Amino acid sequence: MSLGGATVVDGVTTAVERGEWVALIGPNGAGKTTLLRAVASLVEYGGRISLLGDDAHGLSRGERAKRVAYVTQNPTMPPEMTVREYVLLGRSPYIGYLATERKTDHDAAHAAVARLELEGLAHRKLSSLSGGERQRAVLARALAQRAPLLLLDEPTTALDVGRQQQVLEIVDGLRATEGLTVLSAMHDLTSAGQYADRLVLLDRGRLVADGSADEVLTRALISRHYRADVRIVGESESGLVVVPVRGGGPG
Amino acid sequence: MVAGATTSVRRTTLWLLAGVAFALGAFFLGAFIGPVHLGVLAVLQGTVAHLFGFHSHLSATDDAILWEIRLPRVVLGGIVGATLAAAGAAYQGVFRNPLADPYLLGAAAGAGLGATLAVVYGPSGGFADDLVPVAAFTGAAFAVVIAYVLGRSAGAGASAAALVLAGVTVAAFLTAVQTYVQQQNVQTVQEVYSWLLGRLATSGWHQVLIVLPYAVFSWTVILLHRRLLDVLAVGDEEAAALGVRVARVRLIVVAAATVGTAAAVAVSGLIGFVGIIVPHTIRLLAGGSYRLLLPLAILIGGGFLVATDVLARTIISPAELPIGVVTAFFGAPFFALVLRTSRRGI
Repeated sequence: MSLGGATVVDGVTTAVERGEWVALIGPNGAGKTTLLRAVASLVEYGGRISLLGDDAHGLSRGERAKRVAYVTQNPTMPPEMTVREYVLLGRSPYIGYLATERKTDHDAAHAAVARLELEGLAHRKLSSLSGGERQRAVLARALAQRAPLLLLDEPTTALDVGRQQQVLEIVDGLRATEGLTVLSAMHDLTSAGQYADRLVLLDRGRLVADGSADEVLTRALISRHYRADVRIVGESESGLVVVPVRGGGPG
Repeated sequence: MVAGATTSVRRTTLWLLAGVAFALGAFFLGAFIGPVHLGVLAVLQGTVAHLFGFHSHLSATDDAILWEIRLPRVVLGGIVGATLAAAGAAYQGVFRNPLADPYLLGAAAGAGLGATLAVVYGPSGGFADDLVPVAAFTGAAFAVVIAYVLGRSAGAGASAAALVLAGVTVAAFLTAVQTYVQQQNVQTVQEVYSWLLGRLATSGWHQVLIVLPYAVFSWTVILLHRRLLDVLAVGDEEAAALGVRVARVRLIVVAAATVGTAAAVAVSGLIGFVGIIVPHTIRLLAGGSYRLLLPLAILIGGGFLVATDVLARTIISPAELPIGVVTAFFGAPFFALVLRTSRRGI
């Protein structure tokens, strides 16, 4: 299976294997979100993106949505909608233009709600959820979509460290149990290094490094592309920790 | 979840029954209340007699009052109210804008200009009565088409914001032309003005038969898009990522809502606030899902306008208030309330 192979931002070529978690890292404006949006076919692009072996350009919008679930950085959550209704939206690619949900769709939404442990909140309005609960609802909607590729744009933005860990553990768990392939844009380099199998470093639209955390999270690369002075602390069990150095910075 | 789905079905059924009861209640009031007292049983018996071809026990005069004056007016009010409420809800859905109304893309300004041109430059006499609705319909549809084309050329894929701005632009321009034409022909101001304020005056079933096919078409298309309107609530980009062709859905729903609005405006003039008050009241009471909101908007919108019309023709009886004045009189305070609630996060 080939997922990826993109020439989107400017000469970025990479392949994401089935079941792999690849993190897109890079400074603001590097093109991480643009790359994700291109994979989700939300922007016009030149070059080629292959989804499960087929050129994305050749797939209908519905077919693409069956292969790619996209969680944006700030998902729009209609305040009056219940969690159950929201998760059911994930079934859209499987429902005919003017048709309504069938039993299989309700079952898939139910399974996604259960998998994200949202049963107790199923009838709550989205406006009443906490930040962590909202992110679980968003992931449940993406899971109900039953797409093998999950795109996450900064999935832990605005969450405290405990909720960040919870969301990343959930995504890691989904990858293991549901066989999902994950492509995520991430700002937190430590988390990216800990959870992703591979890191792709973008800077000004170009791929500048592609490899394991050990290969990409180096002081030299981060200094050059983020213009940041950092210390890399190695931990054998939990991976690398990227620590900014006080007094450092551009220049 | 299965238990939850059952509860949801039961809740939907109860709300729809409440909507039907409200609409029927308003229809009955509309048929019953008037300068000539007909009696409850007489109204029911006379209506059933006409519907099913029985002999009516009413006198010929009373029968004519019921069948030729009151019922056509009640039915017309029901159709116009239902259409404006459904169109308003549909516009709010496709533009994700709680303040959208059926006239958002310039339908009111277009209809106003069309009617003004027909009154000022059209022939006088019996033919003129038929020309004004046609001109209003054409003007409303024309304005929305221009706004759509303009918005599409400005924003990639006809984005909601670009369309709304185009609608505002077209409305401002057409209103300017209308004002100019009116100013040059001050003798027609009163006639145009009384039309603009909205009225449900009927002559038999003529207006009902004119508006009905357009209204039914509009309701049907909008109702068929109820699930997609729920999906659009997450925004254009996320809806597109869920496989929805957003621009196409928006075009079809806007077209259907415009056909209904233009037909309603053609037979009743400009009746404001129904398209905002009714959908928002339903949202506050029954929730925001378009699966329930749209059918309820048709039922409650129809009932609301019939009830408002009863007020319009009884408050200063035997004279009548323009129905647009009555809907605005109750609508404006309500609208202020909705705004306050919106600021609290709805």
